[in-house]
Amino acid sequence: MIKAILIFNNHGKPRLIRFYQYFAEDMQQQIIRETFHLVSKRDDNVCNFLEGGSLIGGSDYKLIYRHYATLYFVFCVDSSESELGILDLIQVFVETLDKCFENVCELDLIFHMDKVHYILQEVVMGGMVLETNMNEIVAQVDVQNRMEKSEGGLSAAPARAVSAVKNMNLPEIPRNINIGDINIKVPSLSPF
Amino acid sequence: MALKKVKGSIDRIFDKNLQDLVRGIRNHKDDEVKAKYISTCIDEIKQELKQENISVKANAVCKLTYLQMLGYDISWAAFNIVEVMSSSKFTYKRMGYLAASQSFHDGTDVIMLTTNQIRKDLNSPNQYDTGVALTGLSCFVTPDLSRDLANDIMTLMSHTKPYIRKKAVLIMYKVFLKYPESLRPAFPRLKEKLDDPDPGVQSAAVNVICELARRNPKNYLSLAPLFFKLMTSSTNNWVLIKIIKLFGALTPLEPRLGKKLIEPLTNLIHSTSAMSLLYECVNTVIAVLISLSTGMPNHSASIQLCVQKLRILIEDSDQNLKYLGLLAMSKILKTHPKSVQSHKDLILQCLDDKDESIRLRALDLLYGMVSKKNLMEIVKKLMLHVDKAEGTTYRDELLTKIIDICSQSNYQYITNFEWYISILVELTRLEGTRHGHLIASQMLDVAVRVKAIRGFAVSQMALLLDSAPLLSGNMQRKGICEVLYAAAWICGEFSEYLEDPVQTLEAMLRPKVSTLPGHIQAVYVQNAAKLFAAVLRNGQQGSQEGAAVQETIQLLTDQLPIFVQSADLEVQERASCFLQLVKYIQKLQQKDVDVGEEVTALFAGELNPVAPKAQKKVPVPEGLDLDAWINDPPSEPESEDEKSKSAFAKEEPQQPRQRHREVDEKELARRREERKQEQANNPFYIKGSTPAPKGYQDTMGVEHIPVVQIDLSVPLKVPGMATSDKYVKIEEERRKRDRAEKGKKKEKKKKREKRSRGDRRNESGPESEEDIRPAQTVDIVTEEMPENALPSDDEDRDPNDPYRALDIDLDKPLAESETLPVRKHRAPDPVKSPAEDGEKPEAPQELKKKSKKEKREKEKKEEKKSKEEKKKKKHRHEAEEDPAGEKEKAPPPAPEMEAVQSPSKSKQEVPPASAPAEDLDFWLSNEPVPSKSQEAVVATSKSTTEEPADPGQGSDIEDAKSSKHKKKKQKKEKEEKEKKKKKQHRVPNQEEEESVQNGTVEEEEDPLPPMSNYCLLAENTYIKMVCDVQGNLQDSSRVVVSVIFENKSSSFLKSMEFNVLDSLNAKLQRPEGAGPHDSLSVPFQLPPGVSNEARFVFSVQSIVMPQKLKGTLTFIVKSDDGSSHEKLDFKLHFTCTSYLTTTPCYSDAYAKLLESADMKGSSARLQGVGLPFQHLLAKICFHHHFSVVEKINSCASLYSRSIQGHHICLLVKYTDQTVTIDAKCDESSLLGNLLDEIKLTFSQS
Repeated sequence: MIKAILIFNNHGKPRLIRFYQYFAEDMQQQIIRETFHLVSKRDDNVCNFLEGGSLIGGSDYKLIYRHYATLYFVFCVDSSESELGILDLIQVFVETLDKCFENVCELDLIFHMDKVHYILQEVVMGGMVLETNMNEIVAQVDVQNRMEKSEGGLSAAPARAVSAVKNMNLPEIPRNINIGDINIKVPSLSPF
Repeated sequence: MALKKVKGSIDRIFDKNLQDLVRGIRNHKDDEVKAKYISTCIDEIKQELKQENISVKANAVCKLTYLQMLGYDISWAAFNIVEVMSSSKFTYKRMGYLAASQSFHDGTDVIMLTTNQIRKDLNSPNQYDTGVALTGLSCFVTPDLSRDLANDIMTLMSHTKPYIRKKAVLIMYKVFLKYPESLRPAFPRLKEKLDDPDPGVQSAAVNVICELARRNPKNYLSLAPLFFKLMTSSTNNWVLIKIIKLFGALTPLEPRLGKKLIEPLTNLIHSTSAMSLLYECVNTVIAVLISLSTGMPNHSASIQLCVQKLRILIEDSDQNLKYLGLLAMSKILKTHPKSVQSHKDLILQCLDDKDESIRLRALDLLYGMVSKKNLMEIVKKLMLHVDKAEGTTYRDELLTKIIDICSQSNYQYITNFEWYISILVELTRLEGTRHGHLIASQMLDVAVRVKAIRGFAVSQMALLLDSAPLLSGNMQRKGICEVLYAAAWICGEFSEYLEDPVQTLEAMLRPKVSTLPGHIQAVYVQNAAKLFAAVLRNGQQGSQEGAAVQETIQLLTDQLPIFVQSADLEVQERASCFLQLVKYIQKLQQKDVDVGEEVTALFAGELNPVAPKAQKKVPVPEGLDLDAWINDPPSEPESEDEKSKSAFAKEEPQQPRQRHREVDEKELARRREERKQEQANNPFYIKGSTPAPKGYQDTMGVEHIPVVQIDLSVPLKVPGMATSDKYVKIEEERRKRDRAEKGKKKEKKKKREKRSRGDRRNESGPESEEDIRPAQTVDIVTEEMPENALPSDDEDRDPNDPYRALDIDLDKPLAESETLPVRKHRAPDPVKSPAEDGEKPEAPQELKKKSKKEKREKEKKEEKKSKEEKKKKKHRHEAEEDPAGEKEKAPPPAPEMEAVQSPSKSKQEVPPASAPAEDLDFWLSNEPVPSKSQEAVVATSKSTTEEPADPGQGSDIEDAKSSKHKKKKQKKEKEEKEKKKKKQHRVPNQEEEESVQNGTVEEEEDPLPPMSNYCLLAENTYIKMVCDVQGNLQDSSRVVVSVIFENKSSSFLKSMEFNVLDSLNAKLQRPEGAGPHDSLSVPFQLPPGVSNEARFVFSVQSIVMPQKLKGTLTFIVKSDDGSSHEKLDFKLHFTCTSYLTTTPCYSDAYAKLLESADMKGSSARLQGVGLPFQHLLAKICFHHHFSVVEKINSCASLYSRSIQGHHICLLVKYTDQTVTIDAKCDESSLLGNLLDEIKLTFSQS
């Protein structure tokens, strides 16, 4: 079982949190801080498994994470999950994000947290792995997005126009986006 | 109004959406400003939520979800979230469910309101509505939701879209967790999904079952064959990994499973390219090897393979593989340390790795790799690492590992305790370790338990007490000062070994000591007293010492007041006590009274360690109620907690009762506090063990504890603190010396007796483990246990374990009551919920079919086996059949099934409850490896009860038995019900018919002694029934049963009704229009003493098996006194013989038949047949419907044909009262059964 999925950046700012077991909000934040503390001090060339998150889990649980550019993807899993399998799953998830957002970067996750959730929901459900086939995941996400678009129809149009106008009026926008090489590079790994 | 609405929505266009919110938060960099900004945003959101427009609400909820991620509590908006969830638009619905899944939990009360909405979504025609609902539900499902929606979700498991099916399957796990009652009704369908055509659904089903099985593996053992099949056929690595992990959990319960697994797993290890799969295979092979390690032939090849593969992983440059390799290696280490030890180099190398996780794993491994020979070397290496280590956590880890390694299994590997003490002393120099108490407890433990080392330990501890750095403030905070606690205690307790007690005493009374934590000071004071006693004792010896005594007294009276003023109660109390004692002694000394003896007596006696659980195992004396109040219960409930916390259960009853009566509660609390404090400070509380208090020693039995007095081989005098390095060299030299001595001895021996060849091996080559003689003869005092200790108590499972509720036997058939709750308040929509009535009984049936299918497959396999095995198995089947054939033991699984299936068809219808267990046995006994153990396996499966040693199997049988038992009951109840029904339905009276006939025996060829095929069917005081079953060649599926009813009583019998419980295979032919349960009325009545025959036609399908049908005859007994209703149960036996018809055959046709390839052979042997051959043949022909084709001397060939056209040829030979029958038939099981029947015929006569 997967107990939690956390995505946060190099400064520990949460980008997506998904707990499959209930924790109160302040506890969730503590867990994020602790996990970030554990993960961030590790070199990139050390192993991706970590025991000893004291707040979440216990001896049976492991943190399995991957670090892409500015983001950490951390899965907290118990012993019924295969460690290497989860690593591959993270890879699948990130590659899926990459496909759905077309060259995904941290900003995509920041501004479209809901969409990232919807994609994750097609990969993991209730703490159990739902689908590992990327094409299948992308297909399901696309169908649902199309449904959303068709529903939006007229009523959504003005909202989109408005937000476009708002974007134009904001001079800071380019500054925000220009954070250098933020794109998550998806290294090609040996196939699972 | 409408205008207002439009205006409102136009206003809302300029509401912030999620992107605006995020942007705004990002623009407010400063934390305070940001918090303010967010709080204004929340206010806006609250406004938006008040709007009627659902899109506005959805937008607000979306923003809330984001804020939830930032740590804001959004539970106040739960109701609005529900509103958004119930929107008809997918976009909003999805948003609502997302927010709900992020924020709802068991305590959210609005969840109650969602049940119907979720049900509606689950049953929505749009698969994505359903999908979104399922996903959301998986995160916030509650017990109530589970109960209410379980049935709907179960229906979705058979949805046409695989997308929904896989989600429904996965969510079932959550439902099971919250509502365990749903597991049994839903499990058959879940199992079905293992065969789903869609790989995603299959994978989900495997996922769920593995998750279930991991928690309660024993209930899922019967699925092993199914998973085995999946494992060998699946190519999906995810599924494979899950299954292989599952097998890892199952093998400890069933070692035979492990043996079966080894081969395919080894193949996978060799063939797979996926590292994850390889790794899991290796892991499971290790689990198998562990489960087999007791008493099985060693699988050294497999171990070697695993270790070799793991080495490759560890050597890999990928840190992840390295880590996992080490992890798996540590599992092998537990059972096969030898094979891991050869890779010591590699593991030591990993200690230098830059990755801390890897270093920690390597440390774990080291634990199991030490031996007497290499311990010092390894610890030396670790000490180097301790010095180099940067982070304190890693260093602390190293420290605990060093101590673990050295102290493991009672200091098994330590040959030189001086070395160990010096290591411990060296460790005290570590700055900032948290583990001072650990070192301290080791020091105490070693000093107490290794008598020979006490002298050395005391000298080292005295130095520790003397050395200043440990007292310095910096150290104290970090807890290393704990070692002073041990040092003080050791010096005091073993003061007789102390060189200069006065000096140590001085060190212990330094003013700086008062900065130490209270419990350490208390020990200081107490042990200063002990030292003082030692000084007094020495003082008796001469005048010079006398002066020393005076000085000491002076020192004490000067220094002790510091401690008397201590804020710590314990210190204060001890110090003032001690001070008064000193003053008293001073007075006595001035009077020249010698008090040395008396003071020493205060601290006399020796402490021995007590086993960790000793206290727990003291049986509660009779008549003592530990839960009863000793004093009147105080009003505060907290005192109860106090009571349970007390480590000394014994102490409670010992408390003097009267004295405490009047004590007020405050006082009580204070004392409790004190006592707790005292327990904490008591030096006898070593490492969780509970040594007896001193007083205990005088009471009983301590003298009987075998404590061997051992002297040091070399008296030691250590000038300064020892360094451990020195010992490494010393030890090496010592070993060399030992070896040399040994060599010399041997040479001498050789000279004396020249034939000592056997010893030769020992001379050359490296020294073996046993050769290393410990420097001190280690006297590890065994731990004490109370005299009448209770047997070890097993730890129970945590009662709060949520998975415990899922410990449910899944092999038991479903009872009628076990269905998922279906909503009842409204008439169910027929389209949407088809599962209600039709599906439930169907599920177990499908399960059954599957098991039958498996059986058939197995039968095929069976045929391939050698003859001998075949025989064995046949035996086994007979054993299985017997109980099945008996009346009560083979009832159908559920009452609903009764109509379709009757218990009489024996082999294929083994009672389903026992079937899984037996299936498993059968499957497991199909061992590919012919070995001794296999015979054992076959034997055990034959008579399963004979093997209590095998826990897994044992419990299976237990289960099967108990379920059988239950079913028996169910069955009986059912029967009674049916009887009642019949009575009600009975036609009151029938026309009396005068068709009385006398019993006529069938006109068969009856050449020799009179023979009859009629056998007794049933009998009671009123009536006797005999019957004959005959096939009919004209109709391949009909059998005629002729029953002769004989009235034995003096009453008139009428209204006889004959009924048989049909099976799938055989059915009573009833007149058209009659139901399948209706009985047939016998077309006559019986006056007293009269008998008559009636014929009943049965239709049968398969004739290769004998079978029994259960039936009942009901009738009315009419006598002068009145009439009574009676019934008679019987069992109608359809033997294979009864399906044969006597058919003549010509010899040439017979010869052709024998040559044909379809015919399978079998033979039987009858011994001790006393009949003449002629009669024998006649008997076979008559009873078994054969005809003689040819007869030559004492040899004859016979032929018969079944109603379905099977040819049966027999060759009967008769020599010396032994009859051999060689038989051929185109249906082997028919033939086997037939031969058994023939044997039976002759064994009866």
